[in-house]
Amino acid sequence: MLEVANLEVVYNEVILALRGLSIEVPDGQIVALLGSNGAGKTSTARAITGLLDVHEGKTTKGTVTWNGKQLPIHDPAAIVRTGISQVMEGRRIFAELSVDENLITGAFTNRSREKHNYDRVMELFPRLGERRTQTAGLLSGGEQQMLAIGRALMAEPELLILDEPSLGLAPKLVEQVRDVIVEINQQGTSVLLIEQNAMMALSIANYGYIMETGKVVMDGDGAKLRDDDDVKEFYLGLHGDEGEKKSFKNIKHYKRRKRWAS
Amino acid sequence: MSIATALLANAGTTFIQTLVKALALGSVYILIALGFVIIFKGTQVLNFAAGAISMAGAIFLAIMVGDGGLPFLPFDNPLAPSLDDPDLVLWLINLVIVLFIAALFGLVIERIAIRPMVGQPLFAMAVITLGIEVAIRPFNLDATAIQARTLNVPWGADAWELWGAQIPKSYVAAMIIATIAGAVVILFYRSRLGVAMRAVAFDQEAAMAQGINVGRVFAIAWGLGAALAALGAIVYGMAPFPPGGQVSQEIHPILALRVLPVIVLGGLDSASGAVYGGLIIASAEVFAGEYLSQWNSTLGSGYSTIVPYVVMLIVLLVKPYGLFGTAEVRRV
Repeated sequence: MLEVANLEVVYNEVILALRGLSIEVPDGQIVALLGSNGAGKTSTARAITGLLDVHEGKTTKGTVTWNGKQLPIHDPAAIVRTGISQVMEGRRIFAELSVDENLITGAFTNRSREKHNYDRVMELFPRLGERRTQTAGLLSGGEQQMLAIGRALMAEPELLILDEPSLGLAPKLVEQVRDVIVEINQQGTSVLLIEQNAMMALSIANYGYIMETGKVVMDGDGAKLRDDDDVKEFYLGLHGDEGEKKSFKNIKHYKRRKRWAS
Repeated sequence: MSIATALLANAGTTFIQTLVKALALGSVYILIALGFVIIFKGTQVLNFAAGAISMAGAIFLAIMVGDGGLPFLPFDNPLAPSLDDPDLVLWLINLVIVLFIAALFGLVIERIAIRPMVGQPLFAMAVITLGIEVAIRPFNLDATAIQARTLNVPWGADAWELWGAQIPKSYVAAMIIATIAGAVVILFYRSRLGVAMRAVAFDQEAAMAQGINVGRVFAIAWGLGAALAALGAIVYGMAPFPPGGQVSQEIHPILALRVLPVIVLGGLDSASGAVYGGLIIASAEVFAGEYLSQWNSTLGSGYSTIVPYVVMLIVLLVKPYGLFGTAEVRRV
């Protein structure tokens, strides 16, 4: 189980990205982390996987514990070895390497089971098998996302952190990605799903957190969040019973924030 | 009739000698260029310290086999070949030891000066390598100035004779060494560590997220790069090459600079590019030096040294990534 408690992250010693964030990812579940641009979703992922150093970021308060132990936040490779893998925002595949070579880069922490994991990825994504020797940069957007997920699975993680897997994909492909996430979860991997696409994320999540300006403003079961009027209105674009289109002009910004917090 | 035949035979001899010289010089260029390429591939940094590192490597060998021990320290090299009649096997063992020392030297530099810069702008790192060059240079110059440093090459300046042409043994040795080094580097690229190195070169953060130890990749790149650069300078210290069997205070420090057209021509990140680039540049330089010498009064003496840059310019006009460089992969 992953527990993030009271996490505070500061970039360049001045920019406060997370202010007291607390979330939990229980074993075997899909947990969604929602929020708009700049809410601190990606910073959360970086803080967990030890990539803050690259961005001049620092954890100034709070703890990240994984199965009861503190994570070595300055050593990303060690974190991957403990069983946490991340699919980064924007896919970040190695475009100049072939598909197979991309998958090999994911297996460095788990060499002994490489063959087994490779077969698993191929089973999950038959499309990648057809394109094994191709340059990864020439795959379509959906295939690249599959490759990014497959690469993370090569480490055989217990917890998979997905940072906006639906980014820039057609609705049909988003559905595919969603099904893949469910399948990975059913095979026994916990998933922390960071998304802007609340509809997609909440349709599969056991539990959800909604973030705004660096902290959780609302949380609850996936189903409960899905039915919540405020979530519907601000994230799903549905507008209650009357069905007419509400203008955002009439909603004052502070009112929104107050309602989340209450 | 007989005069014409003699002239023709003479022309053949000249050609063979020039060709061998070109291949040998090309081998030196290839070795140093591979050093540049492997560091660039791993760390995306053009290593401006290559000149100092390679010369330091040659000085290490001179200390081991020429002095037979460390200066100012009570350590005598038990494996030092005798100065009058050096033994080939002993000399080769020393060479291998020196390559390890050179690699260690590269590791130390990487650990002290490059590792703290992981994730920092590449330009800053490149300038740091320039600083390293300046910092090592005094050691190089003082070490050569104290006394003439001979590399004590077992075969000295001996040559074989082939159809009347003189083939120096050093030239053949240069070709063999470069072939082995090139094969090792190309095999390395295909290996797992090579894949890790290419991944780190492409996207450091994403590589870290996969659990690749970026620091280790940096270390390996610098170790290998330093050893290759040192090997290049050592080969250049064998007899018929201009420094004449010694580490030269004048010629060795600028050796790496002359390799710049080679790597630019071949593409900064391509091992095979370094091989072709080295051969093309060295051939242009040596053949121009041999066959255009009759127009010396028009071209000016020393014109052959600018030939590499002319070739480089022309190639860059046609292929901006170099002959074998990786063009950016981008879906449009």
